[in-house]
Amino acid sequence: MNSFWADPIGFVILWFISLLQGWGLPGDLVLLISYVVGALLLATGSLLLVIFLIWVERKIGGRVQDRLGPNRVGPYGLIQPIADMLKIFTKEFITPDGADKLVYNLAPILSVGSVIMIWAVVPFAINLYGSNLNVGVLYIVAVGGLGELGIILAGWGSNNKFALLGAFRAVAQLLSYEVPMVASLLIPVMLAGSMNLNEIVRAQTVPFIVMAPIAALIFFISSIAENGRAPFDLLEAESEIVAGFNVEYSGLKFGFFFVGDFLHAFTLALLFAVIFLGGWNGPAADSIPILGFVYLMIKTTIVYFLGLLVRFSLPRFRIDQMMALNWKVLVPLSLATLMLTAIFDKLAPAGNLLVQVIVLVLVNLIIWLLLQEFLARAFRDKPQRRAVLHSRPQADAAEDAPAQPQTDAMQS
Amino acid sequence: MQNDLLYIGIFMLISLFIPGIAITIAGLLGPKKPAPIKNSVYECGIETVGETWVQFKAQYYVYALIFLVFDVETIFLYPWAVAYNILTIWAVFEMVLFVIILLGGVLFAWQKGALEWQ
Repeated sequence: MNSFWADPIGFVILWFISLLQGWGLPGDLVLLISYVVGALLLATGSLLLVIFLIWVERKIGGRVQDRLGPNRVGPYGLIQPIADMLKIFTKEFITPDGADKLVYNLAPILSVGSVIMIWAVVPFAINLYGSNLNVGVLYIVAVGGLGELGIILAGWGSNNKFALLGAFRAVAQLLSYEVPMVASLLIPVMLAGSMNLNEIVRAQTVPFIVMAPIAALIFFISSIAENGRAPFDLLEAESEIVAGFNVEYSGLKFGFFFVGDFLHAFTLALLFAVIFLGGWNGPAADSIPILGFVYLMIKTTIVYFLGLLVRFSLPRFRIDQMMALNWKVLVPLSLATLMLTAIFDKLAPAGNLLVQVIVLVLVNLIIWLLLQEFLARAFRDKPQRRAVLHSRPQADAAEDAPAQPQTDAMQS
Repeated sequence: MQNDLLYIGIFMLISLFIPGIAITIAGLLGPKKPAPIKNSVYECGIETVGETWVQFKAQYYVYALIFLVFDVETIFLYPWAVAYNILTIWAVFEMVLFVIILLGGVLFAWQKGALEWQ
């Protein structure tokens, strides 16, 4: 065991387990207690992190929009989210008439819980992870689906038409973007040869973003869409369907959708850092675990910040554009990238990392150039927007048949 | 392995338990003054007309169907991806064939106009 400062968290865990054993408890009970305590700490820690994330998001949002952001309560407004939390805790719950009670109350719990569940498998440092699950990536995908279920339940259970529209959009958007996300996660799994997130981190002597940049890009885009943030915030478009699925929620139930949202943004950045940026890998991270944790947090913060910039600087997509981007660009692109990466990685001589990296970078470059060519062609050939496709039937059309319908002129 | 699953089980219960407890506490702390107008369904000031759970646009249904096919088939690829490093080139080609069939599915749906938002 290293000294305390090299690995404070591991030190505390070992101390705690030896304390329990010192009380003469049986081994199974010690294991169970340490699991429950560890899970409680990790889940509570992730929820407490949200308080800070709300401040970060509002501050950066303010700066992007040329405002100061919260700056009254505490230094730099740091206490502001705590004040908001205290206030929202004492607000009344207004349940709309005719709401499906069970579904209505389950939805906010699911949407927060599903995000916290992801934290169970994330490796924070070489010896610091909740669970060394061997199907980690599959678990993340499955739990992500649970969060979508929360949003759909919220829209369905509220007995409100705006909320129902939001739920429909959630079905269309969140379900659709899960396909490229799952497909792009296949490439790191393939390169690492394991679904275990610890193994994926260990396999990244060269970060996978170098070997699979297109998969990383697809994952980044679809993670923003999965999170339902601008430019993909159609499911809670304030200016179209007031707030979508959460119109009828109030008090902490309403707040929990946003807790889930803020935490989801950070968690997806964390996953991006773990799967594509090498996780806790870095100089001396093997021997000093706390350094690995610091590296992971630095990488996560960079990705999180990029996501925030995207959120605050881009306008919202139209729903047909959003669906077209997914089904006509991202899904074929992710499947094509998967195939070409698989073939060329196999064809490259095995055992030589440098050759493998060069081959994969070239493959990705070629895919990127082809994509640009396809997109340019698609936009060149087709008019962006067709005004009227069919001329309307007119009552007296037979009499002046040779006259040109107006719509034809509009099309060209 | 079993211990890992045990931890996941405990963690899932706890991550549902904490929000549930928080909402329960907030429900105890907050005032409870229901009123007919306050509890009515929000629809920009006017009263809601008819049932909420009405027929919906068939387009969403089509997307849900396409999603079902793709997600299930993509999940099938995961075992292959895990075994990728020990597979021969022929096994890779077989999977590429599978992915091409998958891509064919996208192109077919595209051709049929299922991907056009109407």
